[in-house]
Amino acid sequence: MKERRSIPGSVAKWGALVAVTLMFLFPFYWTLVTAIKAKPELLTWPPTWWPADAQWDNFAAAWAAQPFGTYLKNSAIVTVLSTIGQLLSSSLVAFGFARFDFPGRNFLFMVLLAAMMVPWDVTMIPLYMEFNWLGWINTLKPLIVPAWFGAPFFIFLLRQFIMSIPRELDEAAKMDGASVFQIYWKIHLPLMLPALVLVGTFQFLAAWNDYLGPLIFLNDESMYTLTLGLARFKTLHDTNLTALAAMTIILCLPPLVLFLTAQRYIMDSSLSSGIKG
Amino acid sequence: MKRPVAAPARRFSSRFHAGAVAPYLFVAPWVIGFLAFTLGPLLFSLYISFFDWPLVGEPQFIGLQNYTTIITDDADFVRSLKVTLTFAAMFVPANLIVALLLAMLLNQPMFASGFFRAAFYVPSIISGVALVTIWSWLLSHEYGVINYMLSLLGIGQINWLGSPNWAPVSIVLVSLWSVGATMLIFLAGLKSISKELYEAASLSGVGKIGQFFLITLPLLSPVLLFNLVTTVIAAFQQLTLALLLTKGGPVKSTYMLAMYIYDNAFKYQDMGYAAAMSWLMLLLIIALTVAIFKFSSMWVFYETEVKGEKP
Repeated sequence: MKERRSIPGSVAKWGALVAVTLMFLFPFYWTLVTAIKAKPELLTWPPTWWPADAQWDNFAAAWAAQPFGTYLKNSAIVTVLSTIGQLLSSSLVAFGFARFDFPGRNFLFMVLLAAMMVPWDVTMIPLYMEFNWLGWINTLKPLIVPAWFGAPFFIFLLRQFIMSIPRELDEAAKMDGASVFQIYWKIHLPLMLPALVLVGTFQFLAAWNDYLGPLIFLNDESMYTLTLGLARFKTLHDTNLTALAAMTIILCLPPLVLFLTAQRYIMDSSLSSGIKG
Repeated sequence: MKRPVAAPARRFSSRFHAGAVAPYLFVAPWVIGFLAFTLGPLLFSLYISFFDWPLVGEPQFIGLQNYTTIITDDADFVRSLKVTLTFAAMFVPANLIVALLLAMLLNQPMFASGFFRAAFYVPSIISGVALVTIWSWLLSHEYGVINYMLSLLGIGQINWLGSPNWAPVSIVLVSLWSVGATMLIFLAGLKSISKELYEAASLSGVGKIGQFFLITLPLLSPVLLFNLVTTVIAAFQQLTLALLLTKGGPVKSTYMLAMYIYDNAFKYQDMGYAAAMSWLMLLLIIALTVAIFKFSSMWVFYETEVKGEKP
């Protein structure tokens, strides 16, 4: 397509791009600047755009202000275990839906699609009571175990991916005497890698960022995750802005690093496997 | 005569049996999880909504009383419903318009498009808690950098989070920072529109604005429908920002339905009442979704229809 370039049009486009980029990235910058300012400098007017004397040890002080080491450990356990569970269970179920014709399959698949729409508000109360009955309240189990049973959106996404893999591969493996489980495990799992990276990233982000789950299911401070610990810290020490900002940066770092690493997969797959499927 | 026939039949049936069970074994994890963590809780919540069910103590069957109390005799419910509807009326159009504008901006042919796409999307990947700590400082009334920048433009200090008029607006503004997912879906839709259509329109003298209304909007309408439904559902479920950024205040101006349900369940420990309210909210969401789909035939075009008619 030939693009007729007008100078005012291109100035407007680049102006808009730069302005919007600044709007999206500035809050991150400002949080970092806030984290490394000396306390009195926070309240100067007009605000300073870079601290006169950057206090990098604010991070260490913030870390020591609460048992953030414990919170980090809990967050890490929840994130890692739920991601492993989600990858295994969702891919297994997706393989079942994509590769078998069985009575009730279409009905189950419709139920799966409908289950995506069930709002969390309706299930959070009975889930709390269920986990309470199981004795799981104030343990990390409610945040981990459900992920081992697959999630509709991830199953749907992986199923779409498996559908695009030629069935001849399965047939060839079957001729060589592979069982269906071996076909899933040895052939499809490696081929699914790009989609698994996407699912793993989304599950990691969901588990790491989750606030409402920990808020409802955890009581004891020793079980807190980082999000819950930071939220509590905010309510208790609303004025300790440098520590709040420093902890916010730390909370954002793993998602940012993951995003930059897996960006190619996220952007591509969200585009190609969006609702156009 | 019987035996030779029966034996292969049995062998066949046992092989058939193994083949018939395997698919169910594969999908079993989700079916079990669905029963245990979605359908079971959903039905249980309907069940307890007919009870006076304290967290500790004997539940008592009271029929529809929770529902009648909520509808006829609960000023906080009416108020929080109004707050939620007002919020949705701002949140839904703001998110859709901003997401669409950003997607159109990214859809221009340009240098470093990957960088800009990532920059617009990156706030969507951080936790709601981080979002709140970042924005409560940016929006601070006295020391906030946003009020400082506005003062450079000659605009007086706005009490973003402390005034009942501005607090709901602030929540909408903050939510726009993580508009990235909606934006990416619009972008995918835009990319699938054939470039030739724009060229043809251009040749027949249709301007940019005309092209937007005659080509982009109709061809994007299925994607718009999808984003509309998901954004409406998201508006009703908004809880983290209300809980942490404004704590429902000031003077309950951001005390949304989801927060009132949360309080009833976990603050007042009135599980039956909260469950009844969550079911009313579910019914409301379903009704809205159905209405959107019903009316969608009036404005959603699928490509096959449009190809026939020339703009």
